[in-house]
Amino acid sequence: MVDARGLLCPMPVMMVRKEVLAAAPAALEVLVDDPCAVENISRFAASQGYSVAVSEQGNDVKLELTKQ
Amino acid sequence: MKKVNWFVVLAGAAVGLAAVLLTFLGNPANMGFCIACFLRDIAGACGLHSAAPVQYVRPEIIGLVLGAFVMSVAAKEFRAKAGSSPAVRFVLGALVMIGALVFLGCPLRMVLRLAGGDLNALTALLGFTVGIFIGTRFLNKGFSLRRAYDACAAEGTVLTAVLAGLGVLFMLAPALFKMSEKGPGSMHAPVLASFGIALIVGALAQKSRLCMAGGIRDGILFQDFKLLYGFIAIFAVTLAGNLILGSFKLGFHSQPVSHSAHLWNFLGMVIVGWGSVLLGGCPLRQLILAGSGNGDSAVTVFGMMAGAAIAHNFGLAGSADSVNEAGQYVVGGIQTNGQMAVLIALAALLVISLVHLPKKEH
Repeated sequence: MVDARGLLCPMPVMMVRKEVLAAAPAALEVLVDDPCAVENISRFAASQGYSVAVSEQGNDVKLELTKQ
Repeated sequence: MKKVNWFVVLAGAAVGLAAVLLTFLGNPANMGFCIACFLRDIAGACGLHSAAPVQYVRPEIIGLVLGAFVMSVAAKEFRAKAGSSPAVRFVLGALVMIGALVFLGCPLRMVLRLAGGDLNALTALLGFTVGIFIGTRFLNKGFSLRRAYDACAAEGTVLTAVLAGLGVLFMLAPALFKMSEKGPGSMHAPVLASFGIALIVGALAQKSRLCMAGGIRDGILFQDFKLLYGFIAIFAVTLAGNLILGSFKLGFHSQPVSHSAHLWNFLGMVIVGWGSVLLGGCPLRQLILAGSGNGDSAVTVFGMMAGAAIAHNFGLAGSADSVNEAGQYVVGGIQTNGQMAVLIALAALLVISLVHLPKKEH
């Protein structure tokens, strides 16, 4: 789980990139609260071969990345 | 990642068109928009500095922030947040402003100057890119100003409210403010046109996430060129507008509100690029984020206004090239104070970058 709440871009996508490049996980959950981060992480995930499911968690947004 | 995001292109094109229009309506040449210059003018109008040629309550700044506020509320993206190293952000805002005023423009005006044929902006673009590259090295090493937290709505609306109040005061009692009688501050489009155009641009910039530093930064970090397309669209539309209006003039010399002291143009924009990466966005983006509820960005904008006051009160800002009474071309630029300030600002950026890296585990 990557908790990137309260962080502005590019920090959330950098945290996701670090996880993806280090461990290439089959699945990764990311929690953010910045709409810009949702868009940037989704683009980055797609470029790395992940599908992204986005759901609201109260005031935050959860992204579930799954390796395709 | 390589797919073009057409909304960003549309937003960039709208910014370019707005810039051409505002210049046509009276703003200084190649200064349809300049976040640094316009915040500096507002600081002067409020008496924070006494540089007579650069004092005016620029409605564009008010419109940009209000446009972002309205769009963020309408899109349910407004969220009051604050607490991410506000004091450091204030200082970074001031440093970015000092760097921008050495060059005589923010990154947005750099693109507008380039589209007007001002090749000094090319030197600046090189410096801006180098600054962004340095900033990304620290991001890769873990630089962070730490997270922000939810705040009360007042914290998220403080800059919007202050600027709205400023706009109302300006309309009701303009005599309260200092106004330039000559120089760039005296040149401006009609108030309502400036405000209305900026309102639209602010809304588009909020929705498209347009950021002059972000385009190059994301290209370096992730090979993600989404924001860069907006940057290119601004350039292309402004270039076309300048060619149509006959205001394109290619060269280094005799460019409007510009100097050809290349080293200082370069270093000034290294500061802006580096500082913008540490802040998470360029001066335009800070305005838009502040309008969208980010209290830390509001503090950054106040820091930029303080930086403008420091730049003019201590003689740090660049002066434009000119022709003297003997008809000789005199290269402007910055004096010793300004040169020292550039070096101090670079040192300050290095210190801020280093002290916000993760602690080594023993």
